[in-house]
Amino acid sequence: MDGTASDFVRLDRVTRTFPGGGGVEDLSISVPRGSFTVLLGPSGCGKSTTLRLIAGLETPDRGRVEIGGRDVTGLAPSARGLSVVFQSYALFPHLSVAENIVFGLKVRRVGRAVRERKLEEALALTGLEGLGDRKPAQLSGGQRQRVALARAIVADHPLCLMDEPLSNLDAKLRHSVRQEIRALQRRLGMTVVYVTHDQTEAMGMADQVILMRQGRVEQRGAPAELYQQPATAFAAGFIGSPPMTLIPAAALPGVPVPAERAREGVLAGIRAEELSLLAPGAGSLPATVAASEFLGAETFVYLRLEGGAELIARVPGRVEPAAGSAVSVAWGEGAIHWFDRESGRRIPSAQRPDGAVG
Amino acid sequence: MPDALAPDPIARQQRRLQALYGWMLLSPALILLTVFAFLPAFATVWGSLYSRGTARRPAVFNGLENYADLAADPTFWTVLGNNFVYAAVTIPVSIALALAMALWADSRIPLRGFVRSAYFTPTVLPMVAAANLWLFFYTPGLGVIDSFTSLFGLPAVNWLGQPQTALGAVMVVTVWKEAGFFMIFYLAALQTIPPDLKEAALVEGASRLTYLRRVLLPLLMPTTAFIFINALINSVKLIDHLFILTKGGPNNATKLVLYWIWEMAFSYFDRPHAAAMTVLVLLVLGAVAVFQFAVLDKRIHYR
Repeated sequence: MDGTASDFVRLDRVTRTFPGGGGVEDLSISVPRGSFTVLLGPSGCGKSTTLRLIAGLETPDRGRVEIGGRDVTGLAPSARGLSVVFQSYALFPHLSVAENIVFGLKVRRVGRAVRERKLEEALALTGLEGLGDRKPAQLSGGQRQRVALARAIVADHPLCLMDEPLSNLDAKLRHSVRQEIRALQRRLGMTVVYVTHDQTEAMGMADQVILMRQGRVEQRGAPAELYQQPATAFAAGFIGSPPMTLIPAAALPGVPVPAERAREGVLAGIRAEELSLLAPGAGSLPATVAASEFLGAETFVYLRLEGGAELIARVPGRVEPAAGSAVSVAWGEGAIHWFDRESGRRIPSAQRPDGAVG
Repeated sequence: MPDALAPDPIARQQRRLQALYGWMLLSPALILLTVFAFLPAFATVWGSLYSRGTARRPAVFNGLENYADLAADPTFWTVLGNNFVYAAVTIPVSIALALAMALWADSRIPLRGFVRSAYFTPTVLPMVAAANLWLFFYTPGLGVIDSFTSLFGLPAVNWLGQPQTALGAVMVVTVWKEAGFFMIFYLAALQTIPPDLKEAALVEGASRLTYLRRVLLPLLMPTTAFIFINALINSVKLIDHLFILTKGGPNNATKLVLYWIWEMAFSYFDRPHAAAMTVLVLLVLGAVAVFQFAVLDKRIHYR
């Protein structure tokens, strides 16, 4: 593991499996201090287990958990100096907003004056002024989410863990809360580990994305890195909206495959925005329009190649080619990503026959 | 506007039809309650105001004299005291025990299903059968308890036969019988509390005890109130075991209110005094119900 001094949270070869399946296997991750790290992956990939292992709500079968350079593997959650925002918010329904927020301070016997001051700060930071006396049931979903956030930040813990905190909000709210959480994290300088299955959330918020699959790390890096250089076919297909189109190289006759590779053994991946639509015969490959989807700023055009493989092209503005009309597609230099068909691994661009680096 | 003031015959007919439907829907409950609850209750109140009639001397109205007789009877105060102690001990003990058992049966333990059904078994047994079982436990010299204590050289004790221990022995049976039943309600309530709350409390640094006190108990309050009212009613209502264990003795030491009423009405055939006592019980239970609705409900958090 490429751990450095600035790593705040480290999981070192941690295994935690469950009798019914799931969990994580031999997992090593590191989270830099002050970073916003997103654990991303499909459901059942072990991302929530990873979060719970950091929180201490699960104990690893094997391996070590470190927070702030301290081995916390055997410590209780409360001794780890962290806070958690649960997916369900886990607000105490019988306590008011204010009582919910200061619950932890009260348990830790923080004095009344300090408690009141911190409560005011937390209410102000999360825009909940005036709602302190309400019960959670009297709040909207977005407000409840803020209460959960306020409870997480009130204790000034340097680490905050968030388990899909936006999944119970409607799409419009989700977008604005995303920015608020990010701004809050920057302002308070917290280290945040954030679990989600929504790749747009990950791309929009993260400093570092850790993409997980079946209890292992598939790829880690900055969002742009995952988008531009997906390490595996899975990463390519998971990130981006629409995801990268993956087709067998055999469906692209005439396109040179990486050196020393059989055409049957590789997958070609191409992002929708790299494709351009041209008149029949003008581009590299002929295609027919299957359907199109107008989204305002752009249009998705669904294409079918000869042989049946499907592609999606993302065209700026409004273009509505008739279904069934013949076109041709072209793409820029280095637009195609190559993956091994068996292992799914990326085939480095340097191996490409023309020697171009993409 | 003369039109609005003039009765509209169609609207009136519809209103009548609505009212008719209302009464029709109400009638099954109304008839059953009237015949089996309201009428007997009124008859009891009425009967409690008359003297005991015999073939030669018919009953006459004598106002509150039956009540005065009761107050003057030392047995009345003994029975009342017995029932007070009985309620004051069995209710909190069985509730606390039920909660403890539910917390245990709700946690991840081996043989969870077995533990749960074992706790529930006393509830399934008829009270009379349970009382017979305990009669065997309590048998002086031969019973399970004495057989066990004799191992340590302790003398045989007639648990049910001496005034000092009889009420206690009866209360043990009651707690044993009721705690399992109440546990089921707590168990059901515990399962509606999301596990996230416990984890949130853990992360915030709450100990198990703090979690129990600050989160679990308040959230279980509706259940506790329900169980409390049930236990209170049972402490007056449930006397089956007295018939088997002690018949109210020795020296009225285990005589509870309802047993005494039964005795007055069906052993001594003193219906008016039994009726007067019944009215007093109804008044107390009614007051409890009012207290529950007026005071408890406002303080409890219902989700």
